[in-house]
Amino acid sequence: MNTTARTPSGAHRFWGTLRAWLTTKDHKKIAVLYLLTITLFFVIGGVIATIMRIELAGPGEDVVSAEAYNRLFSLHGVIMVWFFLIPAVPTVLGNYLIPLMIGAPDLAFPRLNLASWYVFVAGGALTLVAMVTGGVDTGWTFYTPYSSTFSQSHVVLTVCGIFLAGVSSIFTGLNFIVTIHKLRAPGLTWFRLPLFVWTHYATSIILVLATPVLGMTLLLVLIEHAVGIGIFDPAYGGDPLLFQHFFWFYSHPAVYVMILPGMGVVSEVICCFSRRRIFGYRFIAWATLAIAVFGFLVWGHHMFVSGQSYLASLVFSVLSYLVAVPSAIKVFNWLATLYGGAIRLDTPMLYVLGFIGLFTVGGVTGVVLATLAVDVHLHDTYFVVAHFHTIMVGGMVMAYLAGLHFWWPKMTGRRYDERLGRLGAVLVFVGFLLTFLPQFILGYQGLPRRVATYDERFHLLQVMSSAGASVLALGYLVPAVALVKSLFGKAEPAGRNPWGATGLEWQTTSPPPAENFLAQPVVTGDAYDYPNAPAPVAARGGAHG
Amino acid sequence: MVVGLATLGVFATMGYFVWRYRYRPGVNETGRDVPGSTRLEVGWTIATTVVFGGIFALGAAGFAERQHVPAGRDVEDVLVVGKQWMWKFQHGGGRREIAVLHVPVGRVVRLSLTSEDVIHSFYVPAFRVKQDALPGRTTTLWFEATTPGTYPFACAEYCGGEHSRMVGQIVAMPAEAYDAWLEHREPGEMPLAAAGREVFARHDCATCHDTHANKPAPPLEGLVGRRRVFEDGAALVADEAYLRESVLEPSARVVAGYAVAGRSPMPSYAGVLTNEELFELLYYLRTLKDATGVSR
Repeated sequence: MNTTARTPSGAHRFWGTLRAWLTTKDHKKIAVLYLLTITLFFVIGGVIATIMRIELAGPGEDVVSAEAYNRLFSLHGVIMVWFFLIPAVPTVLGNYLIPLMIGAPDLAFPRLNLASWYVFVAGGALTLVAMVTGGVDTGWTFYTPYSSTFSQSHVVLTVCGIFLAGVSSIFTGLNFIVTIHKLRAPGLTWFRLPLFVWTHYATSIILVLATPVLGMTLLLVLIEHAVGIGIFDPAYGGDPLLFQHFFWFYSHPAVYVMILPGMGVVSEVICCFSRRRIFGYRFIAWATLAIAVFGFLVWGHHMFVSGQSYLASLVFSVLSYLVAVPSAIKVFNWLATLYGGAIRLDTPMLYVLGFIGLFTVGGVTGVVLATLAVDVHLHDTYFVVAHFHTIMVGGMVMAYLAGLHFWWPKMTGRRYDERLGRLGAVLVFVGFLLTFLPQFILGYQGLPRRVATYDERFHLLQVMSSAGASVLALGYLVPAVALVKSLFGKAEPAGRNPWGATGLEWQTTSPPPAENFLAQPVVTGDAYDYPNAPAPVAARGGAHG
Repeated sequence: MVVGLATLGVFATMGYFVWRYRYRPGVNETGRDVPGSTRLEVGWTIATTVVFGGIFALGAAGFAERQHVPAGRDVEDVLVVGKQWMWKFQHGGGRREIAVLHVPVGRVVRLSLTSEDVIHSFYVPAFRVKQDALPGRTTTLWFEATTPGTYPFACAEYCGGEHSRMVGQIVAMPAEAYDAWLEHREPGEMPLAAAGREVFARHDCATCHDTHANKPAPPLEGLVGRRRVFEDGAALVADEAYLRESVLEPSARVVAGYAVAGRSPMPSYAGVLTNEELFELLYYLRTLKDATGVSR
């Protein structure tokens, strides 16, 4: 991008380019800024995970001390949740694609969009400062009263960083809602919208409604921590469970913030590479909204053994099954979309098939955990760790990579090496299974999570998990190489529509001009009209099939 | 299990479709234009809901079983106090121990859990039980060991620095051996009811709470399990949570006829009694009922 930086005489032009990027109001460039930022955080979070897996390869304090390990898993969680998973698909792909998909020149509030990035960077910077000056050891969940009155680590700084990330989320959600309501092209009715837009709409609603609760809760922790006013610590007259209710009221819906946009990516990709309309468009759209709504009502399933009342646990268990139903409906519809298709296994499709498989594993293990009697045993064990990593890493990260590969030609105008891309997809899938299947077993055998040391009897499975993690780490390097490589050397131009996809974003140039479309597009039919779509153009890297 | 089969089903269907409908030049240049199917959608929605409902019912039944000690069983009471980073146990018979918990086989063991600092969670994987221990309140958990042996337990709720070393072992021993073990009290250890009576005496509770009439506080014999009517007309059956509240926060609910200027004349004992003293006192108050059978 900033190729001018490499010529010394171009210093002036370099600063000019940098300034142009840092003051841009173009949603596409802001998406690229976000892409660079969250990739940085993903790398930091990944490096931390690597150190954790190395430490866990031995049962004692082999590489780092318990104190250090506690800081590592806390930072891994904080960074991956708030500075990668939550923003990843919405702020990169959503930011880039929503205006293109609905035929608009930009988001409704371009300045707010840029502001959201600056606030996000400020939040990230605070968190990184906290990290390098000693870190935080409360876990990403900040359970009180440990976080509010006992922890000696940088709770205040980290909490401020997360608070800012939350503000950024609210800006983005607000912007998407207004944009989707007001800027749709003529003829683009609600039920003609690509499902990617639907999922972002649902996500935005969650962001706007739930994130303020997080902000409020974190402020209360700060107040107790800094001023000593009793809110959560019973020693000051507070209630420790109150925090958990507040926290999960946000953090459970936040799970859907992470996964719903990924489901949007899946719906786009699976149609394109099956050359079919999506099966049950309206059911998927309604299921999306149902997940967003029910997602607000299930927070108590994190608290079955916390001391909440028996009745509350029963109700939260029932509601948790209710949120699983629309998720299952989505999986069935995706499978039905494969039926009768003309399926091409390009990189995005491989990631999507991996997503469906792993999302199913994550979903059914979620059902296992929602089962009251079983959760009593599995709660706060490695089983839970494996479960949510299956949804977050197996599901969400794979969907993100699917989307990144799918729209990369659109964003850059270049095609990536298809063979490398497929290799990456397979490695990530296999590495994931090798890392987390042992952790399901560890949890079933009763190993609690967040432990720096463990009993000998868990050693073998821990070594297997760490070995699998090295495959996974390698797997993540391959797509990075494939995508970055495409930017250098002689370009293989992507053309407007290399995948032969439907959707307005494929009707403009790659990359699109600043105003997205030279003439206002008009929509006359439903989404995913693949029977009448142009044929895909094979990339040089490999033939289709 | 059902969920395992469902997962295999999804993988198998996906694998079959991907192979069956793979792109073959000249054979299927584009996908078949299959419209959606409302019947299918409604069908799999209902099927999923029914299956989930069944799983829920099974889980809820198992969970309900853990809520109350089975009626008519002898109960061995143990106070469990979590603190950074150890588990302390105090048996109803008076013995105290740390990191090792002796229990009798074939008897219900009821743990009353609390914490001195942050939230911990007492987890015995072999017994499939787990319960958080919270500061400032008591939670309970029961289990019954059926085979003598040692069973590891751990803290399942992250609680800071040495969380991963907050582990120990349950030693399940034949009931007679346990009873004999229980008798080997160290100096200073005494049965809980006796210890509770001492707490009761030490804080001069009897000055007001006496069985004689015309005392400023309600009598306590046979209190647990009896219905209490309060100043504001509300009522409840006295249980351990109510006893606890009455000691720590006397004015929260005042028994009808005993309020002075709308409040209880009794001072709060929060911060005055330690967790152990409170447990001993409440244990003693429970035995008051056992001693007299029913109320006056």
